Amino acid sequence: MPSGRTVLTFAGLTVREASRRRLLVAVAILTLIVIVGTGWGFAQLRSPTIDHGHPLSQLTLTVAAAQMLIVVAFLFAGVLALIAVLVAAGSISGDIESHLALALLARPVRRSELLLGKWLGMATVLVAYAVVSGTLELVAVDVATGYVPPHPVQLIGYVAALGLNLLTLTLLLSTRLAGMTAGIIPIVCYFMAWIGGIVGGVGQALGNNALMAAATVTKILLPTDGLWRGAVYAMEPAAIIATVRSAGAFAAANPFSAAYPPATAFLVWAVIWFAAILALALWSMRTREI
Amino acid sequence: MGSRMVDLRERRLEAAAKEASPAIHCVELTKRYGSTLALAGLTMTVPRGEVFGFLGPNGAGKTTAVKLLLGLVPATSGEGWVLGQRLGDVDARQRIGYLPELFRYQPWLSGREVMALHCRLARLPRSVWSEEIAAALSLVGLEERADDRIRTYSKGMQQRLGLGVALLGAPELVFLDEPTSALDPVGRHQVRQIIYRLRERGTTVFLNSHMLTELEMVCDRVAMVDRGRVIATGTLDQLLSGNACRIRVSGLDLGQRRSLARFGDLDDDGEAITVRGLGPERVPELVAEIVGMGGRVYAVEPRHQSLEDRFLELLREG
Repeated sequence: MPSGRTVLTFAGLTVREASRRRLLVAVAILTLIVIVGTGWGFAQLRSPTIDHGHPLSQLTLTVAAAQMLIVVAFLFAGVLALIAVLVAAGSISGDIESHLALALLARPVRRSELLLGKWLGMATVLVAYAVVSGTLELVAVDVATGYVPPHPVQLIGYVAALGLNLLTLTLLLSTRLAGMTAGIIPIVCYFMAWIGGIVGGVGQALGNNALMAAATVTKILLPTDGLWRGAVYAMEPAAIIATVRSAGAFAAANPFSAAYPPATAFLVWAVIWFAAILALALWSMRTREI
Repeated sequence: MGSRMVDLRERRLEAAAKEASPAIHCVELTKRYGSTLALAGLTMTVPRGEVFGFLGPNGAGKTTAVKLLLGLVPATSGEGWVLGQRLGDVDARQRIGYLPELFRYQPWLSGREVMALHCRLARLPRSVWSEEIAAALSLVGLEERADDRIRTYSKGMQQRLGLGVALLGAPELVFLDEPTSALDPVGRHQVRQIIYRLRERGTTVFLNSHMLTELEMVCDRVAMVDRGRVIATGTLDQLLSGNACRIRVSGLDLGQRRSLARFGDLDDDGEAITVRGLGPERVPELVAEIVGMGGRVYAVEPRHQSLEDRFLELLREG
């Protein structure tokens, strides 16, 4: 059984590495710039000069703010996905290639403890980033427009889960592949899953079973797009949901809309998928030659 | 009550057995990487408290052997025990120090922070950390740079740091894989002094090296490996076939030259004859014999066979 103390040691070391390598500072500065910039953009919705000097009605303001927020959240989810992949891609393979892992594993340490510690450290950074940047952005939108999405906690939860799924997949690949390869594969998969979601929507609109089946397969292989749609649903006010639902199947192809929250079966699958990938990473780490 | 006493006795017996067990014992330890045979049936015993040299050319399987003994990679076949525990036992590593051949420490940490990390991983009580770290830093001469980031260290300094890290917590067994490869002559001398000190305090040292003169200076016993096999093992006295004498001589015919074979193995290059296995006390007798046969002696050079000579000889024989 992995020792919690050793796992925490490696987790702490991973967080310290992110901090010492100035990753945290760089991301924090960029995020603040994005939040200030988008906050200014949201504030324009209340500008006296908007719509030829006629203030927006509350409904229009809400819908416009919600749409803009969904696009900004897409940016944040993408940044989070990239951070997850870039941080995890070389985390195991790099340590093994540089022989850094040799000195660590010669101590009374199990390989599983090293892997879980690294995962925990990176996951902590990732979730902290999702919570802090998400909260700041929502506060900025609230201050600028008075709009708060209906399910802010779920929104941050879905985006964080998306990042954690990609992090775990990249870590698994990093136990066997060189950093660059272990990083490129999840990024391609992430975008393919996103496109898979759109293709599924098109299939739904056109009543094409093959396209819908292909979309289901991509959703099962990588649940990130399903989680993204969950985040979208959490941001949609009732007015948008009603419009999307009335648009019927044709709205499903829009990757920035969701008529319904993710099915429970899908959420259960996302958890199983995550646990299976982590278990596979532990097995891969245990059996590889160093 | 009775069962507790039996339990205690068993535990004491177990502890005594561990105490009496050799530092390293392995039987037919073999490692294959795909179709490559990295180690072919390593069988050896290293008693406690010995400085044991593991000698071989690059690619002979030395580092693989150390990784197997440390339990860093599983053996394809064979078995082994280190400090009385089966290979791969995680807890046994608490009593082992290791300096890998090629290694890197976290470049974004300072030397002192790396040592603290290893104190933690080696499960040393926190109360002894600062004392252990100070002692290790002073032993390897890194006190002044201890708080600098490792990325600013030279290769030699990193090697010293590695050695210091390996010695944290006074381990019972230390594996040093090419410990002097990045060091200048002064650094090498210091490493030898450290190894002498380790021997004095009863630590077993497993020294992997291809630097023969170095092994000759510090090791109690040596195993020579080539292509994954041990080709010879023993104390230096046992391994080195003793002394030799090279004599530059003329005026002897072939028969007379061959008759000198009764003094030892002959190596006759025409100008000089080298007689192997000849103790220094018999050199005057050999010279008298040559002169008695009418030979003219120009030079007598007693030679001591070095580990290098012996190693090359074994490689040639193999």
